[in-house]
Amino acid sequence: MISQIVSAVGVVIAGVFVCALYYWLSDKILQAVFPVPVDNVRAASVNLNRRATVRPWLFLGPALILLVVYLVYPVVATFILSFYDRSGGDFVGLANYRWAIQDAQFRQSIFNNILWLAVVPAACTFFGLVIAVLTDRIWWGNLAKSLIFMPMAISFVGASVIWKFIYEYRGGTETQIGLLNAVVQAIGGNPQVWISLPFWNNFFLMVILIWIQTGFAMVILSAALRGIPEETIEAAVIDGANGWQIFWKIMVPQIWGTIAVVWTTITILVLKVFDIVLTMTNGQWNTMVLANLMFDWMFRGGGDSGRSAVIALVIMAAVTPIMIWNIRQANKEMGGH
Amino acid sequence: MSAVASLRRIGLPRLVVHLSVLVICIIWLIPTLGILVTSFRDAGQIAASGWWTAFTGAAETSAARLGDPSTAKQNGATYVITGSVFEGGKGGAVRAFGTRVAAPTEFAVGKAADLGDGETLTINEDGSYTYSKNAPFEGRGKRVYLSVATPPSFTTENYRTVLTSQGIGQSFVNSLTVAVPATIIPILIAAFAAYALSWMEFPGRALIIALVVGLIVVPLQMSLIPLLKMYNEIGNFFGVPSRSYAGIWLAHSAFGMPLAIYLLRNYIAGLPREIIESARVDGASDFEIFVKIILPLSFPALASFSIFQFLWTWNDLLVAMVFLGTGKDQLVLTGALNALLGSMGGKWEILTASAFITIVVPIIVFFALQRYLVRGLLAGSVKGG
Repeated sequence: MISQIVSAVGVVIAGVFVCALYYWLSDKILQAVFPVPVDNVRAASVNLNRRATVRPWLFLGPALILLVVYLVYPVVATFILSFYDRSGGDFVGLANYRWAIQDAQFRQSIFNNILWLAVVPAACTFFGLVIAVLTDRIWWGNLAKSLIFMPMAISFVGASVIWKFIYEYRGGTETQIGLLNAVVQAIGGNPQVWISLPFWNNFFLMVILIWIQTGFAMVILSAALRGIPEETIEAAVIDGANGWQIFWKIMVPQIWGTIAVVWTTITILVLKVFDIVLTMTNGQWNTMVLANLMFDWMFRGGGDSGRSAVIALVIMAAVTPIMIWNIRQANKEMGGH
Repeated sequence: MSAVASLRRIGLPRLVVHLSVLVICIIWLIPTLGILVTSFRDAGQIAASGWWTAFTGAAETSAARLGDPSTAKQNGATYVITGSVFEGGKGGAVRAFGTRVAAPTEFAVGKAADLGDGETLTINEDGSYTYSKNAPFEGRGKRVYLSVATPPSFTTENYRTVLTSQGIGQSFVNSLTVAVPATIIPILIAAFAAYALSWMEFPGRALIIALVVGLIVVPLQMSLIPLLKMYNEIGNFFGVPSRSYAGIWLAHSAFGMPLAIYLLRNYIAGLPREIIESARVDGASDFEIFVKIILPLSFPALASFSIFQFLWTWNDLLVAMVFLGTGKDQLVLTGALNALLGSMGGKWEILTASAFITIVVPIIVFFALQRYLVRGLLAGSVKGG
């Protein structure tokens, strides 16, 4: 264990050193290859231009290599693999896609993903907005925000343990030690095995993600609310609008852009939800989602890269519209720079 | 009047706002509080009562035998045995008692219970009892079952157990081994790239920026299969293990790279042009400008990104499951916790203590550096976690 810590520390230092050395050394080499003689203005300006041409690529090099090897190439490779058999050796055309359409578990996953998409972003944005409005009005609002924001730091696995304890069920006459069953019992209901209740168990898993992500929505929306020009609200007050009208007709329309950003960010997160389902049910009792099904097929029976790739592509297809929108927005902003 | 002040004027009465925020905060805190309290409770108490009763003590069922008939004293027509149910055992406070194991709370303490056959039994809270019958007692001393309130007992034993015998201590070190280099390595690489994309003119710049923005949302799932194949091939070719720390450092660095470049570029491009131009006029090279001016000025953005990346790598399960082994020397905390959920289901003293160890580091980071985290979120809320 000690040796592992020492080697980890060593790697950090060595890694940073190697990185720094690369940038420093490549810059020195660049200067040596294209010298700028003081007595020859013409040669100097030619070489300065050459340096300016090469230098951006030296700076970008390592980042571009990582992006291409770990993201660009795999996206292309996954697309190609989806037309090949389980080991990636033989071309099978659309067989994997045909399998997916007919597979009951795949359909179940699509259905559950749609359920997640319909509930989680909406719930997070709604609660986030309500809490942002409420906490902006009290003196201990920042403390309250911190507490609601805190689950953001907790891993999905940790959060799953936390909530599994709440959903805990004890059979027979044993005391219910799970909070939910204890409450249900106290108000006269029957304790349930919540995470294996078909259909409804999806919602018990969603609660975990809502608990984690509401703080994120709250922070972003709270910043947007504070940015609303005060004149618009004052004008509405003078015109005799009540609080409800001011909120829905003056404030919400002015933060639509931010609401869209929060909504899409959580949508992307929901499409990739994996840890929560893995640790709570591992897809049993009809809770399977695409990311888990994909992981399952990566290793099931030695792994089936074709089917797994098809499932990954479905997730990719779902985020593509958001991706295009983001790139357009970024290009628009860049126009000003 | 600021927008915040205007907000104060509208809507619900103050008290309602205070109360609803208080209720929301309590709802949000209770789940975490539950495992924190449970992780310090004794295993027996965890199973016997809900964690919310931890501070009032738990009720445990225990059995006791009343005195032998030979100790009975005759008092007129009745025979009486007296004593304490706690004789030779630990103390406590009796809450209720019964004569059948299935019903240890059949009779209330302090009141005479009619057991039939002319027998009555009174057990007081302190354990003293009076057992009487209108005829001589027969057989052995009678068995009674008691619901005993035990004082709340807290222990750090659970933590000692998980840290040593459950391997959580080793996993803690493994998680640090993954997260720290995977946070530091991408920062430097991304910062150089962000500078090039902000302050250097070259063909293809806009295209690369569009690529970076697009890659921010590419799901990890798209990368896993080809990378797994690639790692296995490299491992076979060079005869090295395909699952290694070096492999996961590079993977995490690459997966965090688009957001890192995006965040840092937004910040670095917004630095005042005059500073950079005047340095150029003074003859500083781009390398010098970057090291001496850009890096120190970008500290807030670097801090924001490193918090993101640290939380993400520390809390990650998927990447670790694919790129790291499940052996003792490579299992990270999230993986270990997931394995414990499978093997220790229901043993909440183990699970809660382990869970708390995995979440304590990110929570400390969160509260210490929340300012930077919020700033980063506001700047980069296009990535989905």
